[in-house]
Amino acid sequence: MNTAADGLGVEKVHVWRGDRHVLKGVSLALRPRQLLHVSGPNGTGKTTLLRVVCGLLRPEQGLVSWLGQSIMGVRTEYQAALAYASHEPALKADLTALENLRFAVGLKRRVTVSELRASLDQTGVAACADLPARVLSAGQRRRVAMARVLAMSATLWLLDEPFTNLDAAGTDLLRNLLQSHVEGGGLALVVAHHDLKLDCSVHRLELTA
Amino acid sequence: MNVGAWEAMFLIVRRELCLSFRRPDQLLQPLVFFLIVTTLFPLGLSLQLSLLRDMAPGVLWVAALLSSLLSLDALFKSDADDGTLEQLALSGQGLTLIVVAKTFAHWLVTGVALILVSPVVGTALGIPGSAFATMMLSLSLGTLTLSWLGAIGAGLTVGLRRGNVLLSLIVLPLAMPLLIFGAGATDRAISGVSPTGALYFLAALCVFTCTLAPFAATTALRITLE
Repeated sequence: MNTAADGLGVEKVHVWRGDRHVLKGVSLALRPRQLLHVSGPNGTGKTTLLRVVCGLLRPEQGLVSWLGQSIMGVRTEYQAALAYASHEPALKADLTALENLRFAVGLKRRVTVSELRASLDQTGVAACADLPARVLSAGQRRRVAMARVLAMSATLWLLDEPFTNLDAAGTDLLRNLLQSHVEGGGLALVVAHHDLKLDCSVHRLELTA
Repeated sequence: MNVGAWEAMFLIVRRELCLSFRRPDQLLQPLVFFLIVTTLFPLGLSLQLSLLRDMAPGVLWVAALLSSLLSLDALFKSDADDGTLEQLALSGQGLTLIVVAKTFAHWLVTGVALILVSPVVGTALGIPGSAFATMMLSLSLGTLTLSWLGAIGAGLTVGLRRGNVLLSLIVLPLAMPLLIFGAGATDRAISGVSPTGALYFLAALCVFTCTLAPFAATTALRITLE
């Protein structure tokens, strides 16, 4: 199940951090309209796997491919197609939510302010658009980060613990967003330590120590 | 729909300027440091204008080097700490382009400010007005070169908790030629000799770092990002 000519493929990836063998031959495949839920106890390399998939971390062994080609060879196209949300919201505290989005999304694609406001509205933080990220609560920051993923209009979503700090309404909202993204032909790889409780089909990958 | 390289560069420079002007304290600190250090010298030395004038180019350049170092630490570190550097690295724009834009913005904020206040400092140190043009030109070339050298150091130390001292230890030895030719050019202009030779050397160093440092800094940054 490790080559996906129309999606994302990870083949026997090994990563060492110093002496620690963090990823021991992880393989996965993800096709359009699929969602993969990566779970596992703390310290089993979930975030490391996500960073490898992004191309931020080069694996010592193994291959990550996008549309059948190594991501190192198609880096620009691959990065244009992905939206990554790390476990920290990655917002500049001194910029407003809208400015944060404009500078992050604007590097990926031409985007208008009204589009950005619309995606902030979709995640329920339209009222925070013109507030500096410093004054936002942790949950609001998470929603702004989610709005950034939406505004990137990427095919592949790579989310690291996206439910952290979200209230019940926010959790439902994120579930709906994930569901409509996948149903609309998108791919999603979600790292979360609890059950996602989605209605669409969820593939699972359990990492062990 | 893709964003062109120039457009992306312009956007990053705007982002950096926007961030700098939101934090005026960080913008002003190196500048005030530069002013204070250079005014300490006339106070500490004997009241001989000739002695002060002899030392002025060296004092001016050492103070400029040190004050530029103050702000270098944050060049990539603040973005690395809050995770925005990862977002930039995955933006589909090459990391080199991001490094170039960020370093240029850093120079616009710190270097240009230093150049603009240098006549004030020059006057305090007894540098004659006729040498101001050379002083400012040499400082422009010097600060730009220094920003590039600093980008390499900042890229290497971005993952360290207290990388500031190490950054200075990496950058200062590399900046020695700048000090020699920069202070040399200013010194020659003060004594009325043509400073062209030293300025050419500075320009050569500037071109050298502008063309090669982006790649060195990108590599350094890529290693520490992992």
